[in-house]
Amino acid sequence: MNYEQLKEKALVDWRNFSNPDTARILIGTGTCGLAAGAGDLIDIIKDYVRKRHVDAQVCDTGCLGLCYAEPLVELRKPGAPAILFGRLNPENITECLENYFENNKWDDPNALAIMEGDSINSIPYFRDLPMIRGQVRIASRNFGIINPENINHYIARDGYAGLAKSLKLSHEDVITEVKASGLRGRGGAGFPTGIKWEFCRNAPGNKKYMICNGDEGDPGAFMDRSVLESDPHAVIEGMTIAAYAIGADEGYIYVRAEYPLAIKRLEKAIKDALDMNLVGKSILGSKFSFDIHIKKGAGAFVCGEETALIASIEGKRGMPKSRPPFPAQSGLFNKPSNINNVETLANIPFILRNGSSEFAENGTEKSRGTKTFALTGRITRTGLIEVPLGITLREIIFDIGGGIPDGKKFKAVQTGGPSGGCIPCDLLDLPVDYEKLAEAGAIMGSGGMVVMDESTCMVDIARYFISFTQSESCGKCVPCRLGTRQMMLILDSITRGDAKVDDINLLIELGETIRLGSLCGLGQTAPNPVLTTIKYYKDEYEQHIINRICPAGSCSNLLTYEIDKKKCIGCTACAKACPVDAISGKPKEVHAIDQEECTRCGSCFDVCKFEAVKKS
Amino acid sequence: MSRCLEGEKLKQQLKCVFDQYKGVESELIPVLQDVQDACGYVPVDAIAAIARFLKTPASKVYGVVTFYAQFYLKPQGKHKIRVCQGTACHVRGADEIMRVIKRKLGIEEGESTADFEFNLEKVACFGSCALAPVMVVNDKVYGNVTPEQALEILDGLSS
Repeated sequence: MNYEQLKEKALVDWRNFSNPDTARILIGTGTCGLAAGAGDLIDIIKDYVRKRHVDAQVCDTGCLGLCYAEPLVELRKPGAPAILFGRLNPENITECLENYFENNKWDDPNALAIMEGDSINSIPYFRDLPMIRGQVRIASRNFGIINPENINHYIARDGYAGLAKSLKLSHEDVITEVKASGLRGRGGAGFPTGIKWEFCRNAPGNKKYMICNGDEGDPGAFMDRSVLESDPHAVIEGMTIAAYAIGADEGYIYVRAEYPLAIKRLEKAIKDALDMNLVGKSILGSKFSFDIHIKKGAGAFVCGEETALIASIEGKRGMPKSRPPFPAQSGLFNKPSNINNVETLANIPFILRNGSSEFAENGTEKSRGTKTFALTGRITRTGLIEVPLGITLREIIFDIGGGIPDGKKFKAVQTGGPSGGCIPCDLLDLPVDYEKLAEAGAIMGSGGMVVMDESTCMVDIARYFISFTQSESCGKCVPCRLGTRQMMLILDSITRGDAKVDDINLLIELGETIRLGSLCGLGQTAPNPVLTTIKYYKDEYEQHIINRICPAGSCSNLLTYEIDKKKCIGCTACAKACPVDAISGKPKEVHAIDQEECTRCGSCFDVCKFEAVKKS
Repeated sequence: MSRCLEGEKLKQQLKCVFDQYKGVESELIPVLQDVQDACGYVPVDAIAAIARFLKTPASKVYGVVTFYAQFYLKPQGKHKIRVCQGTACHVRGADEIMRVIKRKLGIEEGESTADFEFNLEKVACFGSCALAPVMVVNDKVYGNVTPEQALEILDGLSS
């Protein structure tokens, strides 16, 4: 079957799915949705449909990216607007279904947006939601719209058209198109994708490998998981195009084991693509063949690094190698190999289908296109967004993310995970592109953006990241293995309040040594979170060291717990909870904490029902 | 109480796993993953058998087992409690969740309770950061967890 015939068939399936004359209940069942309780809702919804004889089909979809409002359910029926409901739970779901299907009442308090149909005064259209308005969705265009486990949905929305077109072009023309788009690696380093392909294409050898890096290990990042869970075929298509361009006949997708749902959906997607001859032997009747295998990671952050990932696929400890030789010359099983990140590959079908110039319309001169970000931390609207590069941090955090909740003040945004840095308030108008973020001492990274407010201690954040990198260091380079440990010990002593002022300079010196003396990206960038926090929040370090105060009130060793005499009723709960018997007092009399004995564990604070225990 | 797998029973489990592989070195990690799925951990006796099967030194197998966080050399508890320590979870109070669970179970991270009912682990990131803090119990992900809810979830398991 050729592509046109496949699409014809797929459209029948898709029209049936998107037919406005059929009632339908769509549930977002990505990992986020399930974590928020979508699994429990499915059972209730199915039960409702059966018992009340509602003629509606219940279907899974991917992630719309509005994670703050999960679990999300979209309801459709003939003659009514399709409405998206959010923040549903077992208590309010039935009323919501009754209102929609039985009472024709749309203005449910949980109604978030109109997906399609006539406008209703009280409910905005999906595209007008503040979180959606500023977004341009290319890599995430199918998220929450198609059923990720149905290949026909993907094909009906022009999926695999980019592959069909590529197979009619020469290998060189495909590479030229990708080069012209200006697409750069979305895994963090930002190397131009087309040039990377060209290196591998030009490397001598008959056997080449195409590898997809889905080892998204940065804490605070879930862009790749969302792509794999919500639109796995976009990655498979991108990977197959890449394999054609470089001349590879075998490929691996390396996915971290913490993403079981992504692995399950990928397995199904590969099988379906094989059945339709979109991967495998003689793809779409051409001379090009390409097989894809999935490799599950085994829990090592360093395997996100290219050479370590290759070692892991080969069945070895994931230790990076020095380059050259680059993987393009000698990679997996010593053959020329090309590695691209999941999101990079998800952009490829669009570039081939719509042309490089359409892709390059978005973005800045050196950073073309759009980028997905995982917006998390102390922010009102957490979720997954895709925005044109060059957008400012302020627009992302305040317009799209809705700013900081609970009336607190913005303090910093952490980009790029353990390799990135903390960007302060003064730099909120910084346009987000690869160069500008690097100038600020952070990096674009894979796209995690963790927002912090005044209750976050920057020294603690620096300590958190260094303790992460020191435990994930593979141990090959001494400066990384021992240096990160020394940095962690110094930061520990600062958060305990027993450090010296000069320790700040020692941290800077150690950071510089680790950066220069490490082989791979993990070590070279590990000091970034410490160095940027020292650069922008030095006074907070000094407060800890000189005055033994944690201004954010977060470092437990620098806190004092005291009992408010006016509020204490002498219930004895705190004295019973104290593990070191530091609290004394008779029943019905005011209690007191012995500061010498107190270990600042916070147990008394947790158990007091009268807010009588004060933390300062 | 011994939860260790040895002798004939272990041999049988290993055979089931080996039957699905060709016996080449690059299969080491998937073989270890399957052995762990079958046995609950990687028994020391299995290491030598895997080494023979893949025609590679046992030291290399041991090196890989100890390199990756996912492999265990000791039997694990029945309920696997994992608390996410990602950045977003850290900023939104993951330490507090860990603290109350540790106190309730009386064990540290990486340990099992004496009756092998519970196993406590910290994990770098589950990628459900928008719902931080997150805990995962036997592969079920719980989002926006408060310390009280964490304890309720544990109570639900032991009852």
